Amino acid sequence: MGQSLSIHNLEAWYGSNKILKGINMEIRPNQVTAIIGPSGCGKSTFVRCINRMHETLPRTRVRGEISLDGRSIYDLNPVALRKTVGMVFQKANPFPSMSIYDNVVAGLRLNGMKNKQELKASAEKSLRMAALWDEVKDRLNYSGMSLSGGQQQRLCIARALAVEPSVLLMDEPASALDPIATTHIEELIRSLKEIYTIIIVTHNMQQAARIADSTAFFLSGELVEHGPTSEIFTNPHDKRTEDYITGRFG
Amino acid sequence: MEESENMSNKKKLTASLGDKTFRLLTLLMAMSVLALMVWIGWQMVDSARPSIAKFGFTFVIGRVWDPVKEQFGALPFIYGTLVTSFLALIIAAPVGLGVAIFLNEMATSKVRSVIGFLVEMLAAIPSVVYGLWGIFILAPWLRETVEPGLAKWFGFIPLFQGTPLGFSMLAGGLILAVMILPTIASISREVMAAVPNEQREAALALGATKWEMIRIAVLPYAKSGILGGVMLGLGRALGETMAVTMVIGNRPDILSSLFAPAYSIAAVIANEFTEATSDLYLSALVEIGLILFGITLILNVFARLLVWSVERGPKGGISS
Amino acid sequence: MNDRLRRYRNEMMMGIFTVATLLALIPLFGVLGYVVTNGLSALNLEFFMNLPKGMGTPGGGMANSIVGTLIMVLIASLIGIPVGILTAIYLTEYDSASWFSMGVRFATDVLTGIPSIIVGIVIYSSVVLKMGHFSALAGGLSLSIIMIPLMIRSTEEMLKLVPHSIREAGYALGISKGTTIIKIVLPTAAKGIMTGAMLAVARVSGETAPLLFTALGNQYWARSLNEPIAALPVQIYQYATSPYKAWQQQAWAGSLVLISLVVLLNLIARCAFRSRSN
Repeated sequence: MGQSLSIHNLEAWYGSNKILKGINMEIRPNQVTAIIGPSGCGKSTFVRCINRMHETLPRTRVRGEISLDGRSIYDLNPVALRKTVGMVFQKANPFPSMSIYDNVVAGLRLNGMKNKQELKASAEKSLRMAALWDEVKDRLNYSGMSLSGGQQQRLCIARALAVEPSVLLMDEPASALDPIATTHIEELIRSLKEIYTIIIVTHNMQQAARIADSTAFFLSGELVEHGPTSEIFTNPHDKRTEDYITGRFG
Repeated sequence: MEESENMSNKKKLTASLGDKTFRLLTLLMAMSVLALMVWIGWQMVDSARPSIAKFGFTFVIGRVWDPVKEQFGALPFIYGTLVTSFLALIIAAPVGLGVAIFLNEMATSKVRSVIGFLVEMLAAIPSVVYGLWGIFILAPWLRETVEPGLAKWFGFIPLFQGTPLGFSMLAGGLILAVMILPTIASISREVMAAVPNEQREAALALGATKWEMIRIAVLPYAKSGILGGVMLGLGRALGETMAVTMVIGNRPDILSSLFAPAYSIAAVIANEFTEATSDLYLSALVEIGLILFGITLILNVFARLLVWSVERGPKGGISS
Repeated sequence: MNDRLRRYRNEMMMGIFTVATLLALIPLFGVLGYVVTNGLSALNLEFFMNLPKGMGTPGGGMANSIVGTLIMVLIASLIGIPVGILTAIYLTEYDSASWFSMGVRFATDVLTGIPSIIVGIVIYSSVVLKMGHFSALAGGLSLSIIMIPLMIRSTEEMLKLVPHSIREAGYALGISKGTTIIKIVLPTAAKGIMTGAMLAVARVSGETAPLLFTALGNQYWARSLNEPIAALPVQIYQYATSPYKAWQQQAWAGSLVLISLVVLLNLIARCAFRSRSN
């Protein structure tokens, strides 16, 4: 089941650039939360802080508190944390040296699962959840790179799901895809929230409106407004949110 | 390193034991490479010490090399090395640059991959094979045809006087030219490929011909990188052993004619090292090697800096 | 400026560059042509099976030299390839910008530029003198010193070609950094790294200078790695500079074998890399 997240006074730097300037946010379990905002507002950095990916880059720093169902993520080993908090990236990044099947079970295998039956079952389950099973079941041994862009992205989602996380971070997962593939991914996200807490970064406001239960608007490293999606889009409290949504900047 | 820097006060990344071991292993290997360089330098200095102590600076300017009387002067070898290397450079630099321009700016991609491969093969042929070819093909050809011809037409210049022997500084220089040409061509090509296409298009849009485009947009941009490539080529020429040893004639004299036999640093080491009977003799040979090491080291550092400045310079920025 | 003059000058310069390229290829075909024609006439099965014959006697072969070269290149690879790959991993994956890694890169450049005869001197005074005899081990060791910087550079290039997103995908699955490198990054770059290794092997197989006072050469079979051992390039050198016609013939044959080996390795490496980039 999905877990809740609570972010308290989160600050992040890249070099001497302060990218996040004290974010406070509560994220409810089994919901889709969309993060919107203009380029450079820190929305990607924000989600990358949640699974401690931001810290893997050189010259970066993070301060503040993030807790997962009440437990600080900094008490966990980052490697263990990332098994609980999965991530899907902007550009599909299947492992080029592996087949479709090997890609899906990569996380499990490298975390020590050896049982062939279990691996197989888990691969099928993840691929089904990612709505890719029917398209690839006959060519699981093909290279992951042989798939189309949309399929590759769903493969990456399946790969993230196979590890059985409870939170799924998605950093503009559909931005490099065509409209039909985007529709597929959006349907998928809607169905996945039954099981996962989903945080999705998007630059596409229609997308946020279509799939998110709640939406947060970021601007220049600050959280301007966070509330139910319908409210944010129809009746924003903040003038800046309204300006952004109505297309006056960004 | 990175990760520990990133962490603020309490947030430590903890890695598993296997991870730490692997990281440590790679670190050890990296340290060993650094140690290897230091060790080689130290070994050379250490083995050369008796000779350095005995002869001091006169070693470098001494013209006499007489193992029997234990009198050692390195000047003839330094001279032979420098003359053959510069001769090689004078020939290989323009030709190599021409090859680079042809491949980068003129050739279609098919021609480029075929000719590019052939030029690489030129670098892949072992030095001893060049030497063999030098002994039996190049040297006789020089003796019969080239050297008499040069003497006939340019004999008034001291460089082209004397008996044509074939085994000469000319042969050494020519064979080195062939061997360093691929180095110069491939590095020039690399730096020319780093010139942004906008530069070329800007020149062409002004109505420049292809040559004018190369002259105003490509060459100035790649200039210092090409110079670096030429210096790397020179470094390779200075240290090249076998081919030169086999064609230079191996006589420790300082003569002005390119037709005259000479001796190079690497050649005298190759020929005499296993025959060096006394410690001082051996030490003197190592000291010559040390001089060679020093020259190539300085040259290489400069060259790398030049190539590096071109390849890094125009791009920059952080890739996301 | 006159347009016709400019066009004329352009044609002329293009002509010059084309001629330069053709000029550069003459020695390649010259060397290859002579090696193939002279080598083929001296090459026969005996060459691969037999030991060298005495001073200037026709016949005999270079079986011991071929095996000797293979042994020493193997020793060099066993040291040079892992050291090179691990160092490159350290430089690209763990620490790419510190003073220490700048120092290691500098050392790599210095080692690349060291004349190979210097390596021979150093191994002679540190290994051969200490052990008291020339040996295959000393020869292999000196070749490995030449191989290490080549491996570091090529591996580093290949690892840099692996997109960062691939590493992040690994971390995001909760895979540790070390495992991500070994199981995901290295396999992705494997073809390129193997190509680099093959080129490094090709390069050291033809090295003569560092073997002159480490392996020395041997007219017979070496019975252990602790004895002087024959090597193809060294044997070619000795025969080429000998006054005997029969030995000179053998040198051509040896060169043909050596060049075939080197060209073959280069071709395989190149094809492997091309199939990867497609």
